[in-house]
Amino acid sequence: MKKANNPQELEKIREEILALRDLDKPCIAITSGTSARAYGSEKVVDTFRKELKKHGLAEKVDIRVTGGQGFDEREPLVIVHPKNILYQRVGPKDVEEIITETLLNERIIDRLLYTHPQTGEKSVSKDEVPFYKGQMPIIFGNNAYIDPTKIEDYVAIGGYSALAKVLEEFSPEEVIDTIKRAGLRGRGGGGFAAGVKWESCRNAHGDKHYVICNADEGDPGAYMDRGLLEGNPHSVLEGMMIGAYAIGSDEGYVYVRYEYPLASENVKIAIEQLRECGLLGENILGTGFNFGIKVNRGGGAFVCGESTALMASLEGQPGEPRAKHIHTVESGLWDKPTNLNNVETWANVPLIINKGVHWYTNIGTENSKGTKIFSLVGKVNNTGLVEIPMGMTIREIVFNIGGGIPGNGKFKAVQTGGPSGGCIPESLIDIPVDFDKLTEVGSMMGSGGMIVMDDKTCMVDIAKYFLNFLKDESCGKCTTCRDGTRRMYEIVDAITQGDGQEGDIELLEELSWVVSEASLCALGQTAPNPVLSTIRYFRDEYEAHIKDKRCPAGVCKALISYSIDEEKCTACGKCKKACPVEAITGEKKVPHKIDPEKCIRCGACITECKFDAIEVA
Amino acid sequence: MMITFTIDGDEVEGEKGQNVLQVALDNGFDIPHLCYHEALKPYGACRLCQVEVTKGGRTRLTTSCNYPVLEGISVQTNTEKTTRARKMVIELLLARCPDVPIIKDLAEEYSVGEPRFKLDNDDCILCGLCERVCREVVGVDAITFLGRGSDRKVGPPLEINPKTCIACGACVYICPTNCIKLEETESERTIVRWERTLPMKKCKACGRSFAPWFQLEYFGKITDGIPADFWDKCVDCR
Repeated sequence: MKKANNPQELEKIREEILALRDLDKPCIAITSGTSARAYGSEKVVDTFRKELKKHGLAEKVDIRVTGGQGFDEREPLVIVHPKNILYQRVGPKDVEEIITETLLNERIIDRLLYTHPQTGEKSVSKDEVPFYKGQMPIIFGNNAYIDPTKIEDYVAIGGYSALAKVLEEFSPEEVIDTIKRAGLRGRGGGGFAAGVKWESCRNAHGDKHYVICNADEGDPGAYMDRGLLEGNPHSVLEGMMIGAYAIGSDEGYVYVRYEYPLASENVKIAIEQLRECGLLGENILGTGFNFGIKVNRGGGAFVCGESTALMASLEGQPGEPRAKHIHTVESGLWDKPTNLNNVETWANVPLIINKGVHWYTNIGTENSKGTKIFSLVGKVNNTGLVEIPMGMTIREIVFNIGGGIPGNGKFKAVQTGGPSGGCIPESLIDIPVDFDKLTEVGSMMGSGGMIVMDDKTCMVDIAKYFLNFLKDESCGKCTTCRDGTRRMYEIVDAITQGDGQEGDIELLEELSWVVSEASLCALGQTAPNPVLSTIRYFRDEYEAHIKDKRCPAGVCKALISYSIDEEKCTACGKCKKACPVEAITGEKKVPHKIDPEKCIRCGACITECKFDAIEVA
Repeated sequence: MMITFTIDGDEVEGEKGQNVLQVALDNGFDIPHLCYHEALKPYGACRLCQVEVTKGGRTRLTTSCNYPVLEGISVQTNTEKTTRARKMVIELLLARCPDVPIIKDLAEEYSVGEPRFKLDNDDCILCGLCERVCREVVGVDAITFLGRGSDRKVGPPLEINPKTCIACGACVYICPTNCIKLEETESERTIVRWERTLPMKKCKACGRSFAPWFQLEYFGKITDGIPADFWDKCVDCR
């Protein structure tokens, strides 16, 4: 893109870009974020390029390679514009047909359409797919219009107009006031008011102020920030630049999780493009504002998502947290005032500036404004990233957008907030999802993980899973977190092994109190949440494990046994073949039997049996 | 600038930049602690020095070693909550190190019985005093933390013979559990835990072997204006 020396020139460049675009021109948008690439999207892109050329359509049809568009379970997605036809799970072999049928003859290819798992109904247009219908994609939705490696695409949809507006018309204090009035709360976990944080940082004494984008997203099953950084890095960078102007900072860092190579690459490309067109560096848009951004890849530690550990890591120190009696807005990176916000928080900023406080505060609940992106995963039909207005109920998210529970499963609970969050039971399925409500019921918003669980999920096993994660990811600095989470894991593990004892639940509660009250950082302080919330809502399951040596969900291997229902068994022999330890015996036409001594309860027979004859008790 | 606040109702004074624990200890208050030393930066690892601090009408449990002295705060060193937290910390440490005297003594003082957790047989509580004294005071960075979570331990980087260790014994001296041992013969000194053995130098005056050669060379390098032969004699003969 050409260099923009002032806001007027930027507007002119935008007009030039738009003038060259024909909205009626056919365009094939192909998702190619990390999840799509795992499904082979890069081959799909290549095949489209080759095939369009072969058909002499290379000039007549545009190809747009976008980041993820949310529906990751159905990747790669191909959206045929201008009619917005959504094809899912597209492979290279489908490309020729899409060109000849849909592009040239305007015929829909039935088999590539999304089919509702329960009703069998097919959707043609992307907007008709139930997964997208209930969403409010004001942040994440822009991924659809953008090739993340092309700054022109972002500028075409109004990119950097918020920055230009702020630099031209707003004083730093006015920016802070706007963010405060919008009620923007941090999307990284704590939900702290972003405007208040910015103000404290601006007012903190120091010759140098830093801004940081926390992209060290590490909650199991959550990848909202990856989706945004991969698919629309400029929106995050524009937010950071506006924040930097408001705070009085000339230097920023994006700290990207080590396991996110594509996100890191796309941010680097975006920064390079910004430098070339004068939107990063000295005297940005001729307004005297100077700002530079560097990208730093993390080293693979979950705890570096904690602000003080992240800053230690940025400094080249071991990624360990320190006490926050003096806040990082006063003394953060290299002991200078530092403002850290997460990816999604920054991406909200340009939107607030452009659309205004009034528009923004009309979305959401009283104390949680705007939308939130969740990663909807687990036992749910439509998994992926969903953006919803704050205040939507869990039921609407899981059943309308998520399409309900697969198979004959029954909804049991939803885990929100990652390892720091908790499990919310079915009885609370109609609560509105916002910062305060989730905390009130013993969970938290966290960064937006949402793991759906069905009746075949053991809640003690879930608590064990998170404790195992936390004991490994604790940095080990403080006694209560390091040894506390390890001891909690040992107790819960013993319960799942059938070695639980009377008093274990009380000991877990006692330990939980100390770990949360006495640990040094937020990792330890919130570590007991998965245990406490499952005890709170599923105490009977803990008791069944401890007192009756029984796992009601049929998950904990030491407490279950497999057998074959003779009435249902047709002696087809499939289970016998599938069993990896030869525990199943039986002749032709005679119902089979499982030797409990040999059986390792792996579930291979259940998967194979078509007659529902394997029983777990 | 002096800062006034109260500890258990008594008015005390501390200097700006000081922490609550130091001021409390200077004024004779008894707060148990294992990872704090006045010569080192506060670290906040053992979690034993819990106190309740009231600031701006809000009371919270916090460690006193890294809590800065602030005008007007009120500190309580012995409450139901501090005891509850300390007792569990001691129980966790006792389960980790059941045979370490200083932990056993604390357990007795706080009436912590047999730990309700599986017993380990460790001798290190990961207080980090050795690591900090080596880095902050001695300045040779010979040892560091390795691993994370329950695998965390202290040792030389990459767990190989620490080439910068001068066998000064500061880590031996500061370790609260006595798990770092120093062994010395006429010709050699060994820091057993780090597997570091250095040859000893003999005093030019009395002939007694008094310090490792490598250590004296290091002191020579980091000091100015001291005659070279100063390091040839033992402390008694200088």
